[in-house]
Amino acid sequence: MSTTRNSLFVIATAAFFAVAGVASAATLDTVKSRGHLACGVSQGLPGFSSPDDKGNWSGLDVDYCRAIAAAVLGDASKVRYTPLSAKERFTALQSGEIDVLSRNTTWTQSREPGLGLLFAGVIYYDGQGFMVHKSVGVKSARELNGATACMNAGTTTELNLADYFRAHNMKFTPVTFEKSDETVAAYDAGRCDVYSTDQSGLYSERIKLKKPDDHVILPEIISKEPLGPSVRQGDDKWFNIARWVLFAMLDAEELGVTSKNVDALVKESKNPEVRRLLGAEGKFGANLGLDEAWVVRIVKQVGNYGESFDRNLGMHSRLKIERGLNRLWTQGGLMYAPPVR
Amino acid sequence: MIARHLGDPRLRAYLWQALALAAVVWLGAIVVGNTVANLESRGIASGFGFLDRSAGFGVTMSLIPFGETSSFGRAFLVGLLNTLLVSALGIVLATALGFVIGIARLSPNWLVAKLAAAYVETLRNIPLLLQLFFWYFAVLRALPAPRGSVDIAGLIFLNNRGLYLPVPVASTGTVIALAVIGAAAALLVAAAAFGFGTPAMRGRVRLGCFALIGLGALWLIASLGWDRPHLAGFNFRGGVSLIPEFVALVVALSTYTASFIAEVVRAGLQSVPRGQIEASLALGLSRRRTLRLVVVPQALRVIFPPLTNQYLNLTKNSSLATAIAYPDLVSVFGGTVLNITGQAVEVIVITMAVYLAISLAIAFGMGGYNRAVAMRGT
Repeated sequence: MSTTRNSLFVIATAAFFAVAGVASAATLDTVKSRGHLACGVSQGLPGFSSPDDKGNWSGLDVDYCRAIAAAVLGDASKVRYTPLSAKERFTALQSGEIDVLSRNTTWTQSREPGLGLLFAGVIYYDGQGFMVHKSVGVKSARELNGATACMNAGTTTELNLADYFRAHNMKFTPVTFEKSDETVAAYDAGRCDVYSTDQSGLYSERIKLKKPDDHVILPEIISKEPLGPSVRQGDDKWFNIARWVLFAMLDAEELGVTSKNVDALVKESKNPEVRRLLGAEGKFGANLGLDEAWVVRIVKQVGNYGESFDRNLGMHSRLKIERGLNRLWTQGGLMYAPPVR
Repeated sequence: MIARHLGDPRLRAYLWQALALAAVVWLGAIVVGNTVANLESRGIASGFGFLDRSAGFGVTMSLIPFGETSSFGRAFLVGLLNTLLVSALGIVLATALGFVIGIARLSPNWLVAKLAAAYVETLRNIPLLLQLFFWYFAVLRALPAPRGSVDIAGLIFLNNRGLYLPVPVASTGTVIALAVIGAAAALLVAAAAFGFGTPAMRGRVRLGCFALIGLGALWLIASLGWDRPHLAGFNFRGGVSLIPEFVALVVALSTYTASFIAEVVRAGLQSVPRGQIEASLALGLSRRRTLRLVVVPQALRVIFPPLTNQYLNLTKNSSLATAIAYPDLVSVFGGTVLNITGQAVEVIVITMAVYLAISLAIAFGMGGYNRAVAMRGT
């Protein structure tokens, strides 16, 4: 029974805060001595983090955790995934059950000082959207006055939707479920006129519906949803690693370093930026408490950001989501990582 | 001197109890202090100030007005009332159904007894969460969309958004009619209690009162305006609606708990020795009076304590509501509010305290009744 388990989980966490010592060991050391990275992911969101029938996880968020494992432990497969509901995710990170939360989570102001988290960056620029059944004949979100909306509990979705309808002087009935599987099932069963979540989520949930082609995703985006991985506050060393692993994946794409050419580039490249990124020049890995081949391992074992996007969300995936805002800044997108130098 | 006092076993017992109490308080203080220190050191907000802040989300069903600008404290109330509503209704229905099935299991009719047995064995051996999903999704899929609603006389509508019923709207006439009925009923009661005048006169008064009540009732019905549900845009507006989540939860909780109550009732009835029934029949009491005067009072004593357990279970099980989007305490407060505020410790403490309080209240009420009917003396 998931509710019982969730409650137990939260209670256990509360108990943890009650008895745990104030000082906690540095996360980097903990991960190294444990031999694997504890990564919090979703309960199954195709393209971001979902398990296949053999229990192997894949997705953009999963690739990020694999990249950290490659950088820190030398092996991208040394990750243990903890599927978390929207409700459990922050408590799991706060209590130290996971080292990093990489679970399509929106970066907001209240989540940093309020929850004691730090976001390493943005891995996917998203926005909240709507999906409706074609037969309803709605072309725009502005026509949704009086609609019933299915969504997940404890998400920014709930708040954005309330704001949107209030701002446009429209009424709606929210039906909120704890798990997205039930949300989708209820929407599919006709309980709601509209299903709302981050637009990327709509694309990935749509393939779970009985007749995906009968549903359309409305053009409006009603919110800013910068999704990113987060870590606990108070461990700057670990935060640096979390942040620079993401930047390294972006920089690698920008400099044209891919999983196929990385071995050749590390030996032959004359480009000083590439040489610094791949550790052929300078001591940039040592700054982070890692060795100099950290980026080489990330790119070789996981790929650069573009490769991961393409494989999980883009044209080489089932979802076929446009890169849009998630293109590199050099191609008109928002993805912009500071240089390694 | 001290040694002499320590020799007193009574004093020693008090001393140990005081020490144990001090240890518990001390442990509690450490736990609270440590929690606060840990939360602070991790930069996690704490305290109960969040209850006054504006919630910013909506709720499917609430017994009190609730909007996006209402506070988290009010969201707590909404969840609490929804939990109480579903528990109270579940308890009433489960008890009624449980008694019927429990008695049916003892029926001399083979088919009835076997059907009741099959009900009990099926329902109590399937996890409640699965039954909940069954009622929710099976019923939801079977129902039509709003535009194809099942229409009963243009007054009642049924679709996959819920059951829509017309609500009566009171007018001045309604109030007067109610007053007339009330006065007539009072007169009737007074006439029966004080027994004034001759029997014939009393009969006439009684007849007059009944006539007044009847007329009042007709007037009452005529005076009521009806707020009928009507299709507007995506869905029905007006009237009252029962959302499918609520119906599924009440049905699942009451049918599931009824299977346990049926067993409790059967055990209670069977606990009355057969000899007593035979003796009472031999004394010339009718079957009905035997049941009412001999069997039921004794059976109730056996039934009550385990019945209390079932009521407590039902109330606690109502927290499964969160799985099917019924906005109960766990869903609204322990889910949405917890996530928006991030104050897991406070929210969980409040939620647990509420369930504890509800359970203790039920146990207290049932305990009181149990003491009243308990066998006294030898």
